[in-house]
Amino acid sequence: MTATDALSAGHAAPDIRPRPETGGSPALSIDGVSHSYGARQALIDVGFTVAPASFTALLGLNGAGKSTLFSLITRLFGIQRGHIGIFGHDIARAPGEALRLLGVVFQPRTLDLDLSVTQNLLYHAALHGIARRDARERSQEVLVRIGLADRTNSKVRDLSGGQMRRLEIARALLHRPRLLLLDEATVGLDVKARADILNHVRRLVTEQGISVLWATHLFDEIGVSDDLVVLHQGRVLARGKVAQVIADAGGSDINTAFMRLTGASAPGGSVAS
Amino acid sequence: MSTVVTTPVRSGFSFAEYLTCLNGIVWREALRFLHQRERFISALVRPLVWLFIFAAGFRQILGLSIIPPYETYILYEVYIAPGLMAMIQLFNGMQSSLSMVYDREMGNMRTLLVSPLPRWFLLSCKLMAGTAVSLLQVYAFLLIAWFWDIAPPPSGYLTVLPALILSGLMLGALGMLISSGIKQLENFAGVMNFVIFPMFFASSALYPLWRILESSPLLYYVCQFNPFTHAVELIRFALYGQVNWTSLAVVGGCTIAFMVGAITAYDPSRGLIRRGPAGGEA
Repeated sequence: MTATDALSAGHAAPDIRPRPETGGSPALSIDGVSHSYGARQALIDVGFTVAPASFTALLGLNGAGKSTLFSLITRLFGIQRGHIGIFGHDIARAPGEALRLLGVVFQPRTLDLDLSVTQNLLYHAALHGIARRDARERSQEVLVRIGLADRTNSKVRDLSGGQMRRLEIARALLHRPRLLLLDEATVGLDVKARADILNHVRRLVTEQGISVLWATHLFDEIGVSDDLVVLHQGRVLARGKVAQVIADAGGSDINTAFMRLTGASAPGGSVAS
Repeated sequence: MSTVVTTPVRSGFSFAEYLTCLNGIVWREALRFLHQRERFISALVRPLVWLFIFAAGFRQILGLSIIPPYETYILYEVYIAPGLMAMIQLFNGMQSSLSMVYDREMGNMRTLLVSPLPRWFLLSCKLMAGTAVSLLQVYAFLLIAWFWDIAPPPSGYLTVLPALILSGLMLGALGMLISSGIKQLENFAGVMNFVIFPMFFASSALYPLWRILESSPLLYYVCQFNPFTHAVELIRFALYGQVNWTSLAVVGGCTIAFMVGAITAYDPSRGLIRRGPAGGEA
């Protein structure tokens, strides 16, 4: 156990050791990725990068291929064609190194409802090999940060939807990843909870330098200065700074730009603006 | 609080990290099991119904001769106890592995599989956790059975432990292998019909194989090839401080085969789970 304790001590203090392997690489690089379920093509030659310490929005309707892409990045499915790298670590060849740097919030809730808030965090810490004592400290720390410090022993079942999401985000950050993926993280939340979550994640980018890939189908979650990737029917239709994408598409805002890019025939019903 | 603290990139994992991960997975499985009181109760009631009702009715009909490992005439209840212990593990193996897939559209399984530790290790931990839970159930059953005069030699409670661990791993690995090919909760009924019932009934759990040979030689051979028969016999002999080497070899071999199969099935580059999208969205 002493080895782990030594490691934990290293984690607790700001790390000053050099990080040779991550210098200069994009936080996430997706290159020529195609994926099909039998005859149906879910992703077709998808490619984009997420810069370190940036907020990149992945915009697409339901069924655009966002979840498939997330399943590939998190190694739930094998990559059929193309490459995915996390800070330069190819996820097929060096999955351990890549996943260490990655935190994920999936679209469906993945907390154990009958376990307490702390127990959920400790389980996640254990999955990353974080020793119990260190894990307790980190849990306490993140719970203070997300305002759930007084709920440590509550069952997750008793939390509100917004609190669960905040807990999931805190959990995803427990092993101190440098890239955070969120798949439709605000689905099912009320307006205020949505805004809270979004602000929380944006602060992670500005204050802690975490890189974020934020998948959404909601235009109003995207800021003018964000990086944007538009995914439609498995293809990347546009990528770049939001303002640039709007200008290139000849739209007046994201809404019109998206409609123009997708050929105006986009099923408006499933897009909230 | 707002300092940029990042994990330095290391490759490989220390022994302590592996151990922490194993501990965490077993701990969570045990916690979840204790919280699901209905599951614990139904896991106990099922074999007890067989013991108290089925065995009580059958003991008059079915005569048993003296067969190893028994050294004297035994009651039918005593004969089926090892079979019921294996049945507990069979159900537990199927349930804990299948719940992996079902829990919120593979949600919990995703949390597990996103861990940076090697996937074979994560799945092995999951198997060990499921086996640990099955041990709790089996010993609770043995305790109640003791009051029903099913009392193996006291040392038997200890010697049966390795056999239970091995059979628990085998049945858990089988469940995991099956779970990789199944997507929906409704399919548990299918597993009941096509896996649990045939395995249980076409085995030596309820009747000695020589009895089956008398009535149907074909069924006898089916039972002989059924790994569950060997799990039952391994447990039966171990409970009386003996080793059934054939059963040990079969159960050991099947455990390895099922584990390799399950790990291969969950390997993203070869796996069966990549067949389709997880949820409604692609």
